[in-house]
Amino acid sequence: MRYLPHTESDIARMLRVIGAESIDSLFEAIPEPLRHQGALDLPPALSEGELLRLMGELGAKNRPPSSSHLVFTGGGVYPHHIPAAVDALSLRGEFSTAYTPYQPELSQGTLMGIFEFQTMVCELFGTEFANASMYDGASATAEAVLMARRLTRRRHAILAHTLHPEYRQTCETYVAGLDTADDESLQGCPATPSGQIDLEALEAALSDEVACVVVQTPNFFGVLEDLRPAAQLAHDAGALLVAVVNEPLALALLEAPAAMGADIVVGDGTGLCTQPTLGAPGVGLFGTSGKKALRAMPGRLAGETVDGQGRPGYVLTLSTREQHIRRDKATSNICTNHGLYALRFAIHLALLGREGFVQLAQLNLAKATYAREELKAKGFSLLFPDASHFNEFAVRVPSGDACEVLARTEKAGVTCGIPLARFYPEHQDGLLIALNEMHRREDIDRLVHTLATEGGQP
Amino acid sequence: MSKAPTKVTQGLLHCERPIFAASVPGRSGASLPTLDVPEPAADAWPAALRRASTPHLPEVSEPQVVRHYTRLSQWNFSIDTGMYPLGSCTMKHNPRVADVAVGMGEFARLHPYQPESQLQGALQLLWELEQMLAAVGGFSRVSLQPAAGAHGELAGLMMIRAYHTDRGQTRRRVLIPDSAHGTNPASCTLNGFEAVQLETSADGTLSPDTVRAALDDEVAAIMITNPNTLGIFEKHVAEIAEMVRGAGGLIYMDGANLNAIMGRFRPGDVGVDAMHYNLHKTFGTPHGGGGPGAGPVGVSERLVPFLPVPTVNRSKEGFTLDYGRPKSVGRLRSFFGNFGVLLRAYVYMRELGAPGLARVTDLAVLNANYVRARIRDFVHVPHPDMCMHEVVANDQNLRSTGATTMDVAKRLIDHGFHPPTVYFPLVVHGAMMIEPTETETPDELDAFIEALRSVVEEAHKQPEQLKSAPHVTGIGRLDEARAARKPHLRYQPAGEDES
Repeated sequence: MRYLPHTESDIARMLRVIGAESIDSLFEAIPEPLRHQGALDLPPALSEGELLRLMGELGAKNRPPSSSHLVFTGGGVYPHHIPAAVDALSLRGEFSTAYTPYQPELSQGTLMGIFEFQTMVCELFGTEFANASMYDGASATAEAVLMARRLTRRRHAILAHTLHPEYRQTCETYVAGLDTADDESLQGCPATPSGQIDLEALEAALSDEVACVVVQTPNFFGVLEDLRPAAQLAHDAGALLVAVVNEPLALALLEAPAAMGADIVVGDGTGLCTQPTLGAPGVGLFGTSGKKALRAMPGRLAGETVDGQGRPGYVLTLSTREQHIRRDKATSNICTNHGLYALRFAIHLALLGREGFVQLAQLNLAKATYAREELKAKGFSLLFPDASHFNEFAVRVPSGDACEVLARTEKAGVTCGIPLARFYPEHQDGLLIALNEMHRREDIDRLVHTLATEGGQP
Repeated sequence: MSKAPTKVTQGLLHCERPIFAASVPGRSGASLPTLDVPEPAADAWPAALRRASTPHLPEVSEPQVVRHYTRLSQWNFSIDTGMYPLGSCTMKHNPRVADVAVGMGEFARLHPYQPESQLQGALQLLWELEQMLAAVGGFSRVSLQPAAGAHGELAGLMMIRAYHTDRGQTRRRVLIPDSAHGTNPASCTLNGFEAVQLETSADGTLSPDTVRAALDDEVAAIMITNPNTLGIFEKHVAEIAEMVRGAGGLIYMDGANLNAIMGRFRPGDVGVDAMHYNLHKTFGTPHGGGGPGAGPVGVSERLVPFLPVPTVNRSKEGFTLDYGRPKSVGRLRSFFGNFGVLLRAYVYMRELGAPGLARVTDLAVLNANYVRARIRDFVHVPHPDMCMHEVVANDQNLRSTGATTMDVAKRLIDHGFHPPTVYFPLVVHGAMMIEPTETETPDELDAFIEALRSVVEEAHKQPEQLKSAPHVTGIGRLDEARAARKPHLRYQPAGEDES
C-alpha cells in the first residue's frame, strides 16, 4: 500500500518499544464482543491505473456540456471560464493540504488569502465586513436568517417567493430546529407580474414579529430587483433586509446591495471559483456592517495585527463568537468552511481585476440579451416581459410543457435550460435559460433554432 | 498598520503585501473572448440600478498573481511540507490521484440541474460511496448532503428531534461528555436542545453510572465521541447505548476519530443511531486550509425515514434523486452535497479496499502508541495505558519552568514540525493532543519525539528560548489581543487607514 510506509521489521521494532505482542493487542481496549469480525464488505482494492480507468468508465456514463452538447442551465450555479492559474495555484499542496490556520506563524499564506477574500467580498457587497466563507449560498442564507433573529430578538422571517427554492427549503430546515420556531416562523412574499417582490404584500406581511426580509437579486427568475423599497419597508417595521446574490458577477454592473439598504448580504461564488462539479463544493459568501452585527456574524474571520517586532501579520480573530470557545452559546456551529474555494475566488478576481470583472459582466449581459431578442423574434414570449435581466431569463414554450420540450431538445444536443415546473408548478410552460461568456454566437443561434423547432405550437 | 511594513525579503523569506498594494490602474490579468453578438442597447440595464462605483479589485497581471500566491503558499506549513500531528484532525497524506479524478471534465463540467439521465455516472458514484460508508460504519443508510462534520452533526440531531416528534414526544436534553468537541453543544443549540455536560471518569472514559444519573424521559440523545478526545476507547459504549435506548433516547456518535477503528469496530453494530464521517479526516481528502470538507451522516434503521433530501436511489431504470420523503428533516444546503470532496473519498476507498482501510487503522494506532511509549519519559501522559489513534499529554512537567504548553508548541515550529492540538480537550490542563496518523514513517516519529524532548529539556534550562519562539519563521508570535480589540478585517489603501 503506497501510502503506508511501515515494513514488517519497523512494525516489530515499534511493538517492542510499546511492549505489545502484536498489532491485535493494541486494540484490547475494545471489548471482545464489540469487535468487528472478518473483513469489511467493500469492493477490491485497485492500483492507480485501474482506478483511473474505472473513473473514466464512470465518467463516460455522464453527459457533460461540450461543443456537441450545449447546456444552458443556471439556477444558482453560473458556469464561467476558470483560468488555468486558478487551478495551478490552488492545487499547490501548501494551500490544499494545510489545516485551518490555528498556528498563525505557520499559516500566513492561508490567512492573507482569507484577508484578501474578505476584502473582495466587501467590495462586491458594499458591506463593511465579510467572513472567511460559508458552505454555500443556501446555508449562508439560513445563517443570515438566524443572525437577524439574534440581532432583532424577533422570530419571524419573510422570504421572497423569487428566492432560490432550495435556499427557502434550507431556511425551513434550519429554523424548524429552534425552540422558538412556530408556524409563522417563515412566511412567503409573492412576486408581481413583472417578476419582482410585491411591495404591497410585503408591507401587509410585516409586523413587529418580523426579524428580516430576504430578497434575492438577480432573483431566481434572473430578474433584477431594486432592493431600496423593500429595505425601506423592512426598516420602517424594525426588520433587517437580507440580500442574496448567487451570481456575484452581476455586481460589476448592479448597485452594491448594502448601498441599496441591505443589512446582511449573503451569496454564492461557485461559478466564479470552480467548474460546476455537480454544484459543489463552491463558496458561500457572507457580509454585514456595523460593530454589533459583526459580533453576531457566524463563521471565521482573519484580521491584521503585528508581531513583537511590529511586523504586520494575520490571525483568526473575534473567535469568542465561535463554537470552540462559546460552545452552546456560539453564533453558529460552523468551523470547517470552504477556505480553499474562497482562495480560488480571490485568485480569479485578482486575475480579472477591476476592469476585467466589468468586461466579463458585459459579455454575459450581451449574450443573454442577444438570446432573448432572438427568441422574441422567433415568437417566444418571456415569462416577465417588463423585467430587466443580467445573464438569465425565463421564456414560455408555446407547447405549454417545458419538461417535454427539454426532453426533445436534449436529443438534439441542446439542454436548453431548467423547466420551472421543477420548483414552480404554476409555471408549467416556463423554461429558465442562463448564458455565459463561453457561449458563442453560433451556440446561441443553435439554442434558438432548436427551441423554435422543438418548442411546439400550442 | 498596512502602510508601514517593516519586513523585507531575505532569501526565501518573502516580504509580500496584500495583492491590492500592487494594483496599478489599467493593468489586467484577464483573458476574455471577443464580443461576437451585438452590444446590448443602452437601456438594457436600468439606470436606477447601475452601480455607482465599480468594485475595487486589484489591477495586476497574471505573472504578478502567480508570483504573489506562490509566495503566499511558501508561508504555509502543510502535510506536504512535514509532519502535522494535530490531534483530532487526522492530518494524513492526501493522494494526488484524487486531484486528477476530480479534474476530469466528465465530472468537473457537470451542472447540477442537468437532467438526471445525463448524470448517471455521478449518481452511481454517490450511490456506491453511500454503500461503502455504510459498510465501514455499520449503518442502514448514509446521507451525503452535509458539507462538513459540524453540518453532519446538525443533520444527525435534526433527525433525532424529528424521530421524537414523530412519536409525539418533546425531549429537550442531550447528554454530552465534557471532553467533546465544541461543535457538539453548538449543534444542540441550533436544534433547540439543551446540552447537559457529563463528567469523564478518572480512567478517561464515560462511566455508565454517570449516564444513569443523568437519564430521564427528557433526554433526547447522548452524543459520544469514540474513541474519545483523550484517545481512549469508550469501553462501556454498548452498555451506555442500551441504557439510553431503554430510557427512550437515541445515540449519536461523533465520527471525527473514525481513523482509529476502521475494520475493528462498527458503531452501528452496538446501537449507534447516527454518526457523521469527516471525509477530510479519515478518507484522505485535503483540508484546504479550512475546507471544503464533507460530513456524511450514517443512520440506523429507525432514523432512515428522517434522512435529509435528496437521497440517491437505484432502480432498474438507473440512478435517481429522491426528494419525496414525507418525514425527511428537509434540505440542508443546495444541490447534492460537496460532490468534488465525495468523489475524492470514493477514489481513496476504491484504492484501499477493505484490507487497506483496516491497515490504515492498525498503523495509525501503532504510530500513536509508539509516540506515547517514547514521550512518557519526558512529558506527563495522564492516561498512560494503551491509546488509540492519538495520545494526550499535559503540562505537569512544565509547571516549574515558567514555560507553557503554547510555548512548547511554538518552539516545536523551530524544529520543523507543526505543533499538536493544544489546550484541547478542555478536561486536561495544558493539553497537547498528538495524532501522528498512519502515513508517517517511524523515522519521522523519532525525529518528532527527539524534537519534543529537546524542547522540554530546554524549558528547564532556558525557558526564555521557548517564550520567544518561534525564531525561524518569517513572522514572530502575533498580537491576537490587538487583533480582537481593533478589528482590521479588510485591506485599506494607504491613506484611508482608519486605525
